[in-house]
Amino acid sequence: MHRYAKPTALEEALTLLGRDDDWLLLAGGTDVYPALGDRPLQRNVLDLNGLAELRGISETATHLVIGARTTWAEIARHDLPPAFGALQAAAREVGSIQIQNRATIAGNLCNASPAADGVPALLVLNAEVDLRALGSTRHLPLSDFILGNRRTVRQPDELVTAIRVPKRAVAGASAFQKLGSRRYLVISIVMAAARIAVEHGIVTQAAVAVGACSAVAKRLHNLEAGLRGLPVGPTLAEVVAEAAFNELAPIDDVRGSADYRRLAAREIVARAVLATIDPTNARAAAA
Amino acid sequence: MSTVRIALNFELNGAAVAIHVPPLRRLSAVLRDELRLTGTKVGCDAGDCGACTVLVDGEPVCACLVPAASVESAAVRTVEGLANGSLSALQASFLAHGAAQCGICTPALLVAGTALLEQTPSPSEGQVKDALGGILCRCTGYRKIIAAVMEAGRHAGELDPRLPAAGHAIGASPVRLDGIAKVTGADKFGADSFPADALAVAVIRSPHYHARFAFGDLDAYRAQNPGIAAIFTAADIPGQNRFGVIPAFADQPALAEGEVRFRGEAVAVVAGEREAIRDLDLARFPIAWTELPHRLEPCEDSDLVHAERPGNLLTQGFVRRGEPEAAIANAAHVASGEIETAYVEHAYIEPEAGFAHMDGDTLVVTACTQAPYMDRDDMGKVLGLPPERVRIVPTATGGGFGAKLDLSVQPLVGLVALKTGRPAALVYTRGESMAASTKRHPATMRATIAADAEGRIAGMVFSGDFNTGAYASWGPTVANRVPVHASGPYVTPHYRALGRALHSNGPISGAFRGFGVPQATIMQETLYDELAQKAGLDRLEFRLKNCLRNGSETVTGHELEKGVGIATCLEALKPHWQRALADTEVFNAGNGARRRGVGVASCWYGCGNTSLPNPSTIRLGLSPDGHVVLHQGAVDIGQGSNTVIAQIVADTLGVPLQLVRLKGADTAISPDAGKTSASRQTFVSGKAAEKAARALREKILRFANVSELATLHLEGSTLVVREGQAVRHIDLAALVPDADGLVFSAQETYDPPTTPLDENGQGKPYAVYGYGAQIAELEVDMKLGTVRLIKITAAHDVGRAINPLLAEGQIEGGIAQGIGMALMEEYIPGRTENLHDYLIPTIGDVPPIETILVEIPDPEGPFGAKGLGEHVLIPTAPAILNAIRHATGVLVTKLPATPSRIRAAIAEAEAGR
Repeated sequence: MHRYAKPTALEEALTLLGRDDDWLLLAGGTDVYPALGDRPLQRNVLDLNGLAELRGISETATHLVIGARTTWAEIARHDLPPAFGALQAAAREVGSIQIQNRATIAGNLCNASPAADGVPALLVLNAEVDLRALGSTRHLPLSDFILGNRRTVRQPDELVTAIRVPKRAVAGASAFQKLGSRRYLVISIVMAAARIAVEHGIVTQAAVAVGACSAVAKRLHNLEAGLRGLPVGPTLAEVVAEAAFNELAPIDDVRGSADYRRLAAREIVARAVLATIDPTNARAAAA
Repeated sequence: MSTVRIALNFELNGAAVAIHVPPLRRLSAVLRDELRLTGTKVGCDAGDCGACTVLVDGEPVCACLVPAASVESAAVRTVEGLANGSLSALQASFLAHGAAQCGICTPALLVAGTALLEQTPSPSEGQVKDALGGILCRCTGYRKIIAAVMEAGRHAGELDPRLPAAGHAIGASPVRLDGIAKVTGADKFGADSFPADALAVAVIRSPHYHARFAFGDLDAYRAQNPGIAAIFTAADIPGQNRFGVIPAFADQPALAEGEVRFRGEAVAVVAGEREAIRDLDLARFPIAWTELPHRLEPCEDSDLVHAERPGNLLTQGFVRRGEPEAAIANAAHVASGEIETAYVEHAYIEPEAGFAHMDGDTLVVTACTQAPYMDRDDMGKVLGLPPERVRIVPTATGGGFGAKLDLSVQPLVGLVALKTGRPAALVYTRGESMAASTKRHPATMRATIAADAEGRIAGMVFSGDFNTGAYASWGPTVANRVPVHASGPYVTPHYRALGRALHSNGPISGAFRGFGVPQATIMQETLYDELAQKAGLDRLEFRLKNCLRNGSETVTGHELEKGVGIATCLEALKPHWQRALADTEVFNAGNGARRRGVGVASCWYGCGNTSLPNPSTIRLGLSPDGHVVLHQGAVDIGQGSNTVIAQIVADTLGVPLQLVRLKGADTAISPDAGKTSASRQTFVSGKAAEKAARALREKILRFANVSELATLHLEGSTLVVREGQAVRHIDLAALVPDADGLVFSAQETYDPPTTPLDENGQGKPYAVYGYGAQIAELEVDMKLGTVRLIKITAAHDVGRAINPLLAEGQIEGGIAQGIGMALMEEYIPGRTENLHDYLIPTIGDVPPIETILVEIPDPEGPFGAKGLGEHVLIPTAPAILNAIRHATGVLVTKLPATPSRIRAAIAEAEAGR
């Protein structure tokens, strides 16, 4: 007989996780159920939906903290600074409104799909993942948390409790571009997030990430270095056009060829970068 | 897992509910199976279609993704909770706008729309799209849904059914007669009326494209899994284990015999108690597979899919007229090309579903279908029952588009019910539906078309190979229809066309809106653009110059005397064409990164079977209580035959439409009105209905001893017959009813007059053709290869629009499917067996559509009407491809034209410059 538990306190959840190492974690359910198909659910299930403390957005002296169970709909409608523009735009592109009302930010990260819409936007915010086990806590940069397609560093006794954005990254404005073959409910062919901070007309911070072009969404550190220190204007797009993008390793699949992804990534990165400095450029990439 | 139950308390549509359910049971299953509220539909169980949308604490969610435990203490609202005594404004608006066709997605749209309107009473189009973007509709093309939500405020209060006065039903657009159940959630689709004690049926299917198999110890498997009542394999099939829509080609086993020919082929069924089947892990079913070599594309030289079909050729169709090779050799302008199209999935939102039970010694199958009598006869053959011992009760059908013409769940539930004596029910999962159901044939086509110096078509040659997959299904129909239609509606004096249906181990290709003609038209209409350019003619003028007119002969030598409306359609498009070209020029002058284009394409399509009988029989009569009872056997899968046939009957009799009572297409109740296919119901069943209504009227007039000039009035149970000053009162209640409960009745059959095609494909294959043409306006992002559709303008000659609103609905829905075929739909077996990898258009992908209904009466059709259902899809994809070429200079020759392919074509052109 498989077990089902719906703890109402974090300690209780962590205790359960520590005792038995085969729990399937259930939050929004928007990945768990589709993966199940019509097969019976033959796992122990730890239902996280009773953990009210994991939900909501708060602030500490150093961080903006997004509870693990916070839904995309909550993120989209929360009053957040312009640096979160990409995250809020991505929140509105995750599946459909029905999905956004249930799917959680931590679920998106733990599911670790290469096409997870939330990841590039969180990467450009230098987001960290809080992992808790009974008696221990780890804070990992998001880029260290996701290891590959459907793989993370989370240990069986650990729970992602929050996503934290360091305040020093809450600077400038960010934009998100998603390219798909139809308007709604579409898995991205490519997506990009860019965050640019500007002082006196000069780029002081640049963070750019691309998703669905490698097993894990990637920051483009070379491009970022190239953008920093430049005057705001069309030069930025020229730098994007010249950059190497060698962090990416796109594949051919039903949604598009590797060549196309490479080319489209460059184009939507340019658009995302320009959109951060002039929101009228924020035309959705997907027609 | 499911055996552990928790106490669950929540509010459902305002009332408290306390039940015991497994905590992780999907909310959709709780609503449907435990609480028997079947208004919430299940289309995919993966959040990809949105059909199960309900409100939890006011927020739309997919009920298939919500664990039961998560609604503890919450307020849940479903479609059943929207009406409060009378219809809500949004429900009324949906009916007024014709926003519900088959109705399977309607509950979800209404629920999500209600949530939007409660926050935003006057939403913009963008807000409506954002709110409904997660719900797929395959019938309507979404435009009427958008209008219905935006204008819901105007429909507060009573619904105006727009009932026409007596004698004015034809040409009116009453609210569809079967509409109310579609907006309240009361309509019963294939999965909505399972008996509580029905055995659940699970199907074991091949994971391989081609394999031999041997069963392990089935008895041991049964013993290990309590709750399994029976397992059946091919050995248990009492009749002939071969079915198929065309008896001469029947080749598909209901359960495979030792060898499977495609991935998803059924090999066994497991029947058991619902909870036991739910908990069954089918992966452990004892079966050993031995994979065999396979080919997903047809190959004449490879191993035969069917030993008796050399070269893997199922059949071919051929049409020849004149001397095409010489005509092309001597012509001033020649265009040649190749086009390749993909498998296209019907993707109706309702997966195949139904149940069977025994009624005495009659096997009754209650299921969604497009063809009840064909189902009955084929079922009888497979199960060894005479047709009169099989009864088919069609449920509401949540979209069909051709694939629900073929048997699906019927023989499987039928076998279980017959063998066990217990009712047996089965709903396909989305994956099963996609793997096992038929598809549009992938086509590889090649053609050359030539024109003289003035731009008149001189000749054409066409050859097309159609991948018919593992079994015959409708492959022969596609092979025969294509050569007849590949000329398009244009005068083509010299012509040769070959269509071949070839087997592979791919999914079975069958009927899909247009039977191969949409594919062939892409070939022809894209070459027409090239020829127009070579001849230096405007692309629309070029088509006008060459189109069929009254008196023209078709490529089969059929002289069309009257009713040819293609020129009128093209003329009607002219102002739109000129406006669109001018707009495009202005836009492109100031833009390089985004370029606009305009394209046009035409269609023609013969209504009914190709040179084969396809009769419809309609029975109707007067009931003692003064109603017209119409045995409406033309299955309404959303297209509107329930309303259109009734309108024809009402006007032929001269009585008000609201006096018509419909009897369903149950084979025990209504005579055979044929299949809902080939755009034949309005024409063929409509004509049968007209004949039957005329016969009924004559009977009554004879009884009343009055002339043809008399009028009929039903006043309660009194029939008043008036002719001039003479008035006769007939007390219907005093007459003796017949076995159908009718006091006057009539039954008539109509079969369209056609002639066989000779060895060169010459003859009169159809009695009636319909025509149309569409303009696509769009914008291409030159860097990304994405396409934004701006507008589609569609002119269709329907002969006579019996119900203009329903006709518009057909056009908009067909265009949406054409958009999908052109831009995004590609079924890849084993890879896109779900609705997130297989993409169909969403509400954001269908642009505004302007419909122009052209009415050039057909001498044969009822009240001049022609068929429309398939025509509407045909011009869309070629018009889009022509517009993309106009915008970019490149023609995409492999469909769908995805951003990746469009961008590759642009890059290739840039490199070649």
